[in-house]
Amino acid sequence: MSGIPHEPYEPKSGFAKWVESRLPIGSIIHSTLTIPTPKNLNWMWIWGIVLTVCLALQIVTGIALAMHYTPHVDLAFASVEKIMRDVNAGWLIRYLHMNGASLFFIAVYFHIFRSLYYGSYKAPREITWIIGILIYVAMMATAFMGYVLPWGQMSFWGATVITNLFSAIPLVGDTIVTWLWGGFSVDNPTLQRFFSLHYLLPFVIAGLVIVHIWAFHSTGNNNPTLQRFFSLHYLLPFVIAGLVIVHIWAFHSTGNNNPTGVEVRRGSIEEAKKDTVPFWPYFVIKDLFALAVILLVFVVLVFFMPNYLGHPDNYIEANPLATPAHIVPEWYFLPFYAILRAITFDILFIDSKLGGVLAMFGAIVVLALAPWLDTSRVRSGRYRPTFKLFFWGFVANFFVLMWAGGMPAEGLVPTISLIGTIYWFAYFLVILPLLGVIETPLPQPKTIEEAFAAEQAEKSMKAGTTPVTSTEIATPAE
Amino acid sequence: MAHADSDDEPTRRDFLYVATAAAGAVGLGAAIWPIVNQMNPSADVLALATVQVDVSQMDPGTQMTVKWRGKPVFIRKRTEAEIAEASDVDLSALPDPIARNANIDGEAPATDDNRTLGEGQEWLVQIGVCTHLGCVPLGEAGDFGGWFCPCHGSHYDKAGRIRRGPAPTNLPVPTASFVEDGVIQLG
Repeated sequence: MSGIPHEPYEPKSGFAKWVESRLPIGSIIHSTLTIPTPKNLNWMWIWGIVLTVCLALQIVTGIALAMHYTPHVDLAFASVEKIMRDVNAGWLIRYLHMNGASLFFIAVYFHIFRSLYYGSYKAPREITWIIGILIYVAMMATAFMGYVLPWGQMSFWGATVITNLFSAIPLVGDTIVTWLWGGFSVDNPTLQRFFSLHYLLPFVIAGLVIVHIWAFHSTGNNNPTLQRFFSLHYLLPFVIAGLVIVHIWAFHSTGNNNPTGVEVRRGSIEEAKKDTVPFWPYFVIKDLFALAVILLVFVVLVFFMPNYLGHPDNYIEANPLATPAHIVPEWYFLPFYAILRAITFDILFIDSKLGGVLAMFGAIVVLALAPWLDTSRVRSGRYRPTFKLFFWGFVANFFVLMWAGGMPAEGLVPTISLIGTIYWFAYFLVILPLLGVIETPLPQPKTIEEAFAAEQAEKSMKAGTTPVTSTEIATPAE
Repeated sequence: MAHADSDDEPTRRDFLYVATAAAGAVGLGAAIWPIVNQMNPSADVLALATVQVDVSQMDPGTQMTVKWRGKPVFIRKRTEAEIAEASDVDLSALPDPIARNANIDGEAPATDDNRTLGEGQEWLVQIGVCTHLGCVPLGEAGDFGGWFCPCHGSHYDKAGRIRRGPAPTNLPVPTASFVEDGVIQLG
């Protein structure tokens, strides 16, 4: 599996040997915990574990909600109110699920921007990146359909507007929309199928997450200095993921578990050890600490301001005859909603409606193509001074688009949205390809060990202590 | 392919390969299609509910909204002034020059006469769903005194024709007719 050399798993007891020869569960746990991990990972590398916890939280709370929810246009709104008022701790479970979606998206945006800044999408991690984008798209679809389920005004009209996007497709658009609806408007068949698919997609996401982690398991963890490719293994928290892996591994021979045929730069265990520390306990504890801090903020949101990120209109039952004055999607869709509305003019034979839809989906497509659009051979943005400026411009632009998406489309807002949309596309289609050619990068350290030592020395100087040597880190005291 | 000799004649085995693959493809398609098709409108939804609406009590300058096939339908009895204003519009000023009236020829121009129901251009019956992304426009609003969609700012005039904004076409006129005096049948 992993390309980084580390000690193979050797079952000790007779029972462990018996199990290992039939189902290599022991080596999965072993390689998960001892996986060599770049020792210089910073705090932006915690979002993977946060996302994992979010997925688990959403699945657990979602299963509980489904026990009380009724997917029918006449009963859905009332059943959600029943969950809020009558079901034991129903309010808590629903608020956790609602705000859990927001936490999920906060974490995924940090995760994506981390990858964009440190070049985590570059070779050899393109497939990991693409699968990650697929997970992101599946998350958006899930969040959208989940938002429809309470059958409030925003649910209904959000569903109407978003499904109508497909009517912009030439020739077959209307047929597709009718097919999606199961009728001639958003109605009971629509609600029921959204409930079914909302339930299904998290399992698709879980499956994709496994492949996502698997893919980067073989290429290794990206890190700020990016001198070596190392592995990280988060498989354990996934119940579903675990089941699938057990299933696949069970019919593979044990030969798969032995990491052999290492790449040249991963010369020996000793060499790898200089650059890594085991996942357990170092990164497990670090991730758990970060998780505790984030969950602290999350419970404040859940308990003290559970509706802060929602819309009051969604506490009015859906009315197909009256549209609310100002329809806004959930905050995590706002940048793309702004891009959708930015195209108010026809481009050649493409009318403005189709143009907006193409721009919105295209914004995600160019994101997915980043590994091939970025021509720079330097992976991390840390050593690319000009790139840094454009990257932070991209982050700022993301928030500008988010703001513009939430405003009524009046006055300067369409112009600002259009400028933001142009920058979004220019970043991927012009800036990333050109910068790689014209930019002069800064010198990079030769190894992680070297970079880590330099960083430690600097920190120690500030604190007035003696720097820790790499051997002390690599071989924990027995 | 498994040719017995080097000549170009297909063998019986070639035929069996192709026939097996074709049968497999048809079988796969036949298995997938019901799963896809079950999402299309079911028979009860398709059953074209016709709705009869009593409009005999309506005064000029008022409108009512009825639900038909899950969608709102606007029925408006227009005043003389409204008719005059809507008739006065030059067709070249319309982004969508087609009437979009299900009761007449599909290519008919969007004159006020072609948009309205019956004689006298008094009755305007249209599906109240914005042709942009499906919101319900507000009546007696917008820059042209007709309908205004609050979602993305489409302005319709007094004959329900798109004049400004992102919507591509005029509000569609559904199949409708006067079945007796003062009763409109939809569908």
